[in-house]
Amino acid sequence: MKVLIAIKRVVDYNVKVRVKADNSGVDLANVKMALNPFCEIAVEEAVRLKEKGVATEIVVVSVGPTTAQEQLRTALALGADRAILVESAEDLTSLAVAKLLKAVVDKEQPQLVILGKQAIDSDNNQTGQMLAALSGYGQGTFASKVEISGNSVAVTREIDGGAQTVSLNLPAIVTTDLRLNEPRYASLPNIMKAKKKPLEVLTPEALGVSTASTNTTLKVEAPAARSAGIKVKSVAELVEKLKNEAKVI
Amino acid sequence: MTILVIAEHDNKVVAPATLNTVAAAAKVGGDIHVLVAGQGVGVVAEAAAKIAGVSKVLVADNAAYAHQLPENVAPLVAELGAGYSHILAAATSNGKNILPRVAAALDVDQISEIISVESADTFKRPIYAGNAIATVQSNAAVKVITVRATGFDPVASESGSAIIERITTVYDSGKSNFVDEELAKSDRPELTAAKIVVSGGRGMQNGDNFKHLYALADKLGAGVGASRAAVDAGFVPNDMQVGQTGKIVAPQLYIAVGISGAIQHLAGMKDSKIIVAINKDEEAPIFQVADYGLVGDLFDLVPELAQAL
Repeated sequence: MKVLIAIKRVVDYNVKVRVKADNSGVDLANVKMALNPFCEIAVEEAVRLKEKGVATEIVVVSVGPTTAQEQLRTALALGADRAILVESAEDLTSLAVAKLLKAVVDKEQPQLVILGKQAIDSDNNQTGQMLAALSGYGQGTFASKVEISGNSVAVTREIDGGAQTVSLNLPAIVTTDLRLNEPRYASLPNIMKAKKKPLEVLTPEALGVSTASTNTTLKVEAPAARSAGIKVKSVAELVEKLKNEAKVI
Repeated sequence: MTILVIAEHDNKVVAPATLNTVAAAAKVGGDIHVLVAGQGVGVVAEAAAKIAGVSKVLVADNAAYAHQLPENVAPLVAELGAGYSHILAAATSNGKNILPRVAAALDVDQISEIISVESADTFKRPIYAGNAIATVQSNAAVKVITVRATGFDPVASESGSAIIERITTVYDSGKSNFVDEELAKSDRPELTAAKIVVSGGRGMQNGDNFKHLYALADKLGAGVGASRAAVDAGFVPNDMQVGQTGKIVAPQLYIAVGISGAIQHLAGMKDSKIIVAINKDEEAPIFQVADYGLVGDLFDLVPELAQAL
């Protein structure tokens, strides 16, 4: 079966971002960019499904700027077969991305779509659920285990109190949690091979999708800084401070 | 303006996060209705009717809603919610699962995990693991929003007297089925609602050593959390994880033991009132946010602290 993976180019997770002085956003000039960690897990899961003989073709798609081709090439080096870039220079909302992905789903007709559960920049945790709603498919969000049998997929999900397993009819949407798998590294030969794999570039207009949004970001600020604390010398001093100074115990 | 709040519950009791969500709704201003969707939820509906500030409780009691599968609940919420100005749910795993599906059905953008209400259409929310705060305005006819519980003080759970109305609409997509669930059992306070949280990281070395934290937590009546490193190493189950991808807590006192303080962990606890760090590495980033830091071996210091209390 065909598996579609959606990936996002985001700031590297180790970077401590800075808010721009004019409060228009976060300064991403000259900052290291990478594949969103949750998306990396989605790619890995698809590759494992292919290695098990369940998946026959892995298509990786990204909605973003031209530079997102780098991340698509990374996914190809990890084992995806071909890539699609829906090119848009704008900062799109999750709903707009979900609509664009829906158009790609209609075109490609995959049996399974895997996304990360959230992007570490916008922290929205919306796109997979929205794509499921738009395409009318079942959703297995925050997946820590995915098992395909026949026409259904059993997804074990991380929920607040523990774990829950649901069974979904295929085609279905799955979003990955960190514990789903341990992504592999791309080897140099695979990175070289990935350069020759097909990468198709589309536009929102070509897909006939409007990316208009009902949300506007008015400003972006740095969070209130915590004032530096003190180091205490002993447990007795700590207990005394907590009791009498902070009054929390 | 009328606001619909989706109740968070387990078919038995109303989860505390619902009270924080109603508090956010009260800040928006207007009539507040609460939807209880589930199976055998009569008791939950009665409890929801007592929440301060709620004027009406809608009850959708049907086997199709038993496990609140989003394929069934989201169309119900979208249908009911179309007449409201706002639809709010707690940013719990359940709220995060269902609400974006509702937003897409209503063709509006969602606003995730708000931490403050600036006006009826403007909200603040953290982005980049809490390293920036965005102010977002929505011009959607129905504003679909998830609420970070730690951003709002809960309303009273016992002073209201709302009317209860039954909803008979049933959506059953047939696309998904509940198979089973495995819930972690604990007598300690729930992590996201605890006044004191004691968390352990990689420095705990193994799962058995968490007994030191449990002993300390029991003295303090605290919840016990963990960093991702501790969860990934298999020391404790993942529902104890605090951070960007786990739970967000803001207790009165947060005690971080053997946790270095990576960006992703700080995202989940840096709004705590007082932070205490116990770590043998004097350079650990956790000390930059800790109000009180204690440098030393946690295996000496934690039992000593439990003893001193």
